[in-house]
Amino acid sequence: MDWILEPWPWYVSGPLLTLIMFLLIMTGKRFGMSSNLRTLCTICGAGKTSDFFRFDWKAQKWNLIVVLGVIIGGYLGSNFLSTDHAVQLNDAVVLDLKQKGIDSAGKAYMPHELFSDDILTDPKILSLLVIGGILVGFGARYAGGCTSGHAISGLSNLQIPSLIAVIGFFVGGLIMVHLIFPLIF
Amino acid sequence: MRSIIYLVIGILFGIVLIKSEAASWFRVYEMFQFGSFHMYGIIGSAVVLGILSIQFLKKYNVKSFYGAPIHVVPKEKGIKRYVLGGIIFGFGWALAGACPGPMFVLLGAGYLPMVIVIASAILGTFLYGVLKNRLPH
Repeated sequence: MDWILEPWPWYVSGPLLTLIMFLLIMTGKRFGMSSNLRTLCTICGAGKTSDFFRFDWKAQKWNLIVVLGVIIGGYLGSNFLSTDHAVQLNDAVVLDLKQKGIDSAGKAYMPHELFSDDILTDPKILSLLVIGGILVGFGARYAGGCTSGHAISGLSNLQIPSLIAVIGFFVGGLIMVHLIFPLIF
Repeated sequence: MRSIIYLVIGILFGIVLIKSEAASWFRVYEMFQFGSFHMYGIIGSAVVLGILSIQFLKKYNVKSFYGAPIHVVPKEKGIKRYVLGGIIFGFGWALAGACPGPMFVLLGAGYLPMVIVIASAILGTFLYGVLKNRLPH
């Protein structure tokens, strides 16, 4: 059973993601994580400001329960199902990240330079996370879905809009990593 | 009872995201550097199997676990919103290194700064709701 503690290869992980989508379809729901961000806005009272948030959020309670499970799964997977958290990256990528000042590349699951508790007092890193979060939330709702809703569910259902959105995700990601990162890091 | 099913599906999803390393900022960066097949393999195999399973469900009119007919809702037609929204999402995906699923997984894994990313993503969603009628769709 040692393989469970190792990182799971793509040919195990990908089919498991299909299984998760399949189970949600079979319970009459759909796979889409970013919808929860809208539901959370509604719960916080955003319906007062925009009718986009005026809907019966209780109908989305099931998806919030999925999110709760995701949080628990993250805790379990990280604390009980992993021994070595270091992500084995491509050597050239490690070198490139080190040149950008991200020394934890190849030695950790997440870059300490961006996600350790110390950054909570670092205005530059904090603003990067805030901007990143805003772009994800804004972009996901504008595009009508995120990686789960478009890249997995939408493409699986042969949706042209999802293909356009996924190409957009990649164009945006490539511009950020290749053109904007050199200005930031 | 149904709540427990969704909780279990969520837990499974969370574990897969952690163990596949798809929730790692590094893997997202490596993907955009074309440094490894890993992320392409995950998304690609999920989509190929996903296409086959949805075709199967449609062809045989499979009913849900609760006996109801299954509707896989098509996405709204349009181009602009998918291009513009997609690119904006891509900026954030690469910068924060996390999309809406992994954000919550990483919170559970104990990365406290994810609280900031999640709060900002909620704020971003709110801003979209406010500006929606003024944006090209």
